Amino acid sequence: MMIPLIFGITLVSFTVIHLAPGGPVEVETEMSLKASAQARENMKKLYGLDKPLHVQYTDWLGRFVKLDFGKSFVDGKKVIDKIAERIPITLKINLLSLVLIFCAAIPIGVLSATRQYSLFDRITTIFVFVGFSTPAFWLALICMFVFGVTLGWLPISGIQSIDTSGMNLSARIVDQTKHLILPVCISAFGGIAGLSRYSRSSMLEVIRQDYIRTARAKGLKELYVIRRHALRNALMPVVTILGLSVPGLIGGAVIFETIFSIPGMGQLFYQSTLSRDYPTIMGILVIGAVLTLIGNFLADLSYALIDPRIRISKE
Amino acid sequence: MISIVWNRFRKNRLAIAGMAVISVIAMIAVLAPVIAPYDPAAIDVYNTLSSPTWGHPLGTDDLGRDVLSRMIWGSRVSLKVGFVAVGIAILIGIIIGSAAGFYGGKTDAILMRFVDIMLCFPTLFLILAVIAVLEQSISTIMIIIGLTSWMDVSRLVRAEILGLKERDFVLAAKAVGASDFRVIFRHILPNALSPVFVSATFGVAGAILIESGLSFLGLGVQPPDSSWGNILASGRENITVAWWMSLYPGLAILVTVLSYNLVGEGLRDALDPRLWRSEN
Repeated sequence: MMIPLIFGITLVSFTVIHLAPGGPVEVETEMSLKASAQARENMKKLYGLDKPLHVQYTDWLGRFVKLDFGKSFVDGKKVIDKIAERIPITLKINLLSLVLIFCAAIPIGVLSATRQYSLFDRITTIFVFVGFSTPAFWLALICMFVFGVTLGWLPISGIQSIDTSGMNLSARIVDQTKHLILPVCISAFGGIAGLSRYSRSSMLEVIRQDYIRTARAKGLKELYVIRRHALRNALMPVVTILGLSVPGLIGGAVIFETIFSIPGMGQLFYQSTLSRDYPTIMGILVIGAVLTLIGNFLADLSYALIDPRIRISKE
Repeated sequence: MISIVWNRFRKNRLAIAGMAVISVIAMIAVLAPVIAPYDPAAIDVYNTLSSPTWGHPLGTDDLGRDVLSRMIWGSRVSLKVGFVAVGIAILIGIIIGSAAGFYGGKTDAILMRFVDIMLCFPTLFLILAVIAVLEQSISTIMIIIGLTSWMDVSRLVRAEILGLKERDFVLAAKAVGASDFRVIFRHILPNALSPVFVSATFGVAGAILIESGLSFLGLGVQPPDSSWGNILASGRENITVAWWMSLYPGLAILVTVLSYNLVGEGLRDALDPRLWRSEN
């Protein structure tokens, strides 16, 4: 199931990069007009651009299997090394955001569903709409200004202070946490709004079901009914949505990492776009898509964990 | 049908407010040359980074350009990007979705697999990759956003068509010898469009957000042309001295996107037959 998808991902990425009129060589050499015809020929050979497209693709695919994406146009480093260096930071921030989304959105959604039309429900509904419509980069800008510049509580760029040598372990952890607060909260913001809305409607649907009425009728406490009977059923569609939000988070990394100068994959992608560093762009494009695929796969797995029907049908 | 939907939509005050805001912004965009107090590209080196005054109600930017005028012209970009990008997305989505739903079998399997593949790419990654390859201009941006956001529409259309294609009126149309094209576009699609309308409204909101994000990163609309996103980009560089450059364009994006989302939500409720019954 996943193999054909990965194959398709490589095909789409390859097509995107070869949309360039004249191909990568033209673009790279147009910066330096002095590049001779000979130099162009050499580069074409180097990247195999003199071969027919399908041969280029199969060659590239062959190297892709070995995770060899070629060398960066910018500094000649291996693309895979550049990405590997930066992936942990991006993953760390994304995972923290996911955890934050999950921990904040579900209680909000459940509370506003069980108190439908209450003041709390109304306020969160407004929050959801505004949150969903706020450009995240603008929010980041405002928060940097308020918390970073005006109040001076939080650092506004990087993932750690420039000089950490004088710090002991706990000071270093505090330092890193401070740097992570803004990026994580802001990248989670839109997700919290969306997911809390979603868990609210999912919960509303569930608590109208007959089995909830039954549970109440047999005299169970309300809290028990909600936690034990309703929540599990309401969570299932929520997990799917959480899985679907992975590409948004990974893509959003481009914006957050650029704003907060975080040396992650998103920032690398942004820089590569500016410098038209095709091997790096292609590498990140494929890896981003594969990460999404893995995210969806994990969502399916956890789906099976909470839904007994799926577990049973698989056995 | 339309009058029922309109009556239900009208009762939703938030959606009506959203619609009013959208109309006002559309009017501002159309009338930009008339109502903008200054030339949006006119540089005034003696009056840079001026805070809001009577002469410049929203202040001036680092080159002395009037922020209000730039925002008025910027509304054109948002309007254009929103509608063109969504138009493209809907066109592709309808074609792929109806082909998959109507023909089923292998066609369906291949097209839907393609949708799955496209959905794996983080949208911004795909967009940035294309931007790196093609020249940066507003038309490129509109087309790319359209090309990367049709997947939801195609799934919606496919699902609607699957539910409709065995119905009697479709079979009747086929029986009298109507071509596939005619059956799909004339008989099935008109009955399958309501979820597409809803998705389109949310789509406009999404496209505006993406465009402003790209322009903010310097990959979208390039100065001296103005867009809300690129005003914010220069606002970012001057944030410590000129908060007005960052506050107002952001609010403009927020209010516009919020309005489209409210209208979309209102449309969805108004078009949902399940909710009609529960209220009466």
